[in-house]
Amino acid sequence: MSDIVLQTKDLGISFGGLKAVSGVNLQIEKGEIYGLIGPNGAGKTTIFNLLTGVYQPTEGTFYLNGRELRKLSQEKINHAGIARTFQNIRLFNNMTVRRNVMVGLHNNPEFKCSMFESMFRLPKHFKCEKKMKERAVEILKIFDLEDEKDSLACNLPYGKQRKLEIARALATNPKLLLLDEPAAGMNPHETEDLRRTVQALREQFDITILLIEHDLKFVSGICDRITVLNFGTVIAEGNTKDALSDPEVIKAYIGK
Amino acid sequence: MSKDNKFMGFLKSFKWKKYINYIIIGGATIVLAILAATGVISDRSDRVLLEKIAISMILATSLSLVVGFLGELSLGHAGFMCVGAYLGGKIAALLAAPLGSGMLTLVISLVVGGLAAGLCGFIIGLPALRLKGDYLAITTLAFGEIVRTIFQNTSAESFGGAMGLPTPIFSDRKYFFVICFVMVLITLFVIQNLIRSKHGRAITAIRDNEIAAKATGINVTKYKLVGFIVAAVFAGFAGVLFSFTASSVQSSSFDYNYSIEMLVIVVLGGMGNINGSLIAAALITFLNTKLQTSLEGDMAVLKDLVYALVLIVIVVYSNSPKLKSFRDKYNLHNLFAKLSKNKHESDDTKRWDVVPTKIKMDALLSTDVVVNDPKPDKPDKAPKDSKEDK
Repeated sequence: MSDIVLQTKDLGISFGGLKAVSGVNLQIEKGEIYGLIGPNGAGKTTIFNLLTGVYQPTEGTFYLNGRELRKLSQEKINHAGIARTFQNIRLFNNMTVRRNVMVGLHNNPEFKCSMFESMFRLPKHFKCEKKMKERAVEILKIFDLEDEKDSLACNLPYGKQRKLEIARALATNPKLLLLDEPAAGMNPHETEDLRRTVQALREQFDITILLIEHDLKFVSGICDRITVLNFGTVIAEGNTKDALSDPEVIKAYIGK
Repeated sequence: MSKDNKFMGFLKSFKWKKYINYIIIGGATIVLAILAATGVISDRSDRVLLEKIAISMILATSLSLVVGFLGELSLGHAGFMCVGAYLGGKIAALLAAPLGSGMLTLVISLVVGGLAAGLCGFIIGLPALRLKGDYLAITTLAFGEIVRTIFQNTSAESFGGAMGLPTPIFSDRKYFFVICFVMVLITLFVIQNLIRSKHGRAITAIRDNEIAAKATGINVTKYKLVGFIVAAVFAGFAGVLFSFTASSVQSSSFDYNYSIEMLVIVVLGGMGNINGSLIAAALITFLNTKLQTSLEGDMAVLKDLVYALVLIVIVVYSNSPKLKSFRDKYNLHNLFAKLSKNKHESDDTKRWDVVPTKIKMDALLSTDVVVNDPKPDKPDKAPKDSKEDK
């Protein structure tokens, strides 16, 4: 058995009487690209929100590398090693591209610099800022964004904004990266570009990726294993091909 | 020769734009000090005006941190100043007998006043973690009024009560405005450095997108508190300076209108733009004081009218789409670009100073333009109008 990075145990949440998600058991292995698919309203993003501490699970729990993360705040979960992107892009629009990534580097112990040191411009501040800028550009290079480093995030085209969001999440040095519909709204060319970038990420960094996606071609091209959700429960899981040809899944997607 | 080259190299690489505000204010301070020493500025009213300008510059810079960079609407900035003025003034009054009312007393008062105001900033920062927008604005508004009312109702021996707290005037009053301007420089140094660092980046990230900031691992609790505390400390400093300019501190000086005036300054200067706030602070305070002193008798009612007119003109000028081409043609940025031929295009700090915030300007201003409106309808008005920005 290889290492299990993320494990959820009967994870679920109810909003009042509505069970949005229940009994989800995921086991994601190290270095895997794992897909989470399902029709609209199946609870995919809710699972992401549970895993990142936006919602507190009302049942079950989840572990990252064996450490229980339930009840931790969002930033603590991020420090523990889960980073995410959002379905509707959430960048720091009024900051430059490089600055967006530098916010991601904020908690990296390499760039530690106290507020006092910054306020009074002690040498450590300059050293740390310089290193942060360099690292941010390195990360931007992976995503082919280094030419845009000084433009405002809101001025980027859509596909690049998506990439920048992944870059910012990656800057927090996560063990598990959650991508919420990374290919949504992209043209085929951009999707292909994204697929290559995501695969390169897995190879270059010691990282596991869990992604939500509606583009099944993208999913079957990139995911090792998937879980299919419908109405908050798992209806199929396993190898991408097998799961996608499962009759239950076909029924959920296109009806009987 | 090589030394000379090095110096020229330094001059060329020196980012003038980045430090222009220090240079201008520092230069102005030196010039003013010389003028005061040579007796050119000897008129009392001129000195009072300069002191007032410096104090509102400090307040505007600190409020800019909360409103412009942290993106939280604070209507209680005068409350922090009030705390600083009363506690700093009280300490100064106690110390005046043994130490006199010179530099030492001022420094000790500044420390005490600043710390007390900072503590209040912490207390106000706590609800700010849970409240958003309008609700926080009401809370801060209430804070300002509560603080003022508490000091108003103290006994005569403790904080003076309704009669006001008698405070010692700075012994070397002639140069006090120079000290005030040095404090402006210190404020600018600390707040600007904070903003132009990783911590400032975190604060701005919270303003731009709180959810994303949390998901990116930014400790929102910490940075919101930091924003409020730092702003409050400097407002406290301004309060202490204020207490040294008057023979007594009256709680009525720190009413709601004063907070609003500061907010108007920050909004006019362009939120998230410290230099703009500084300029607006100087202009508005100048205008206000001049109008107050020059219009007499029946003409005094015109003061508010003129003030309101100026505000409307500035807001229309800076926002109207029809005037955009005119603005683009004649603005300070272009002027600087022309003056300094060496451009620092890649210097991304230049964008840092001119970023719009999520608070909409017109929604804010609708409550502010009529600064001296009769009080009763203010509390209902504020929440109603600021709801428009949703």
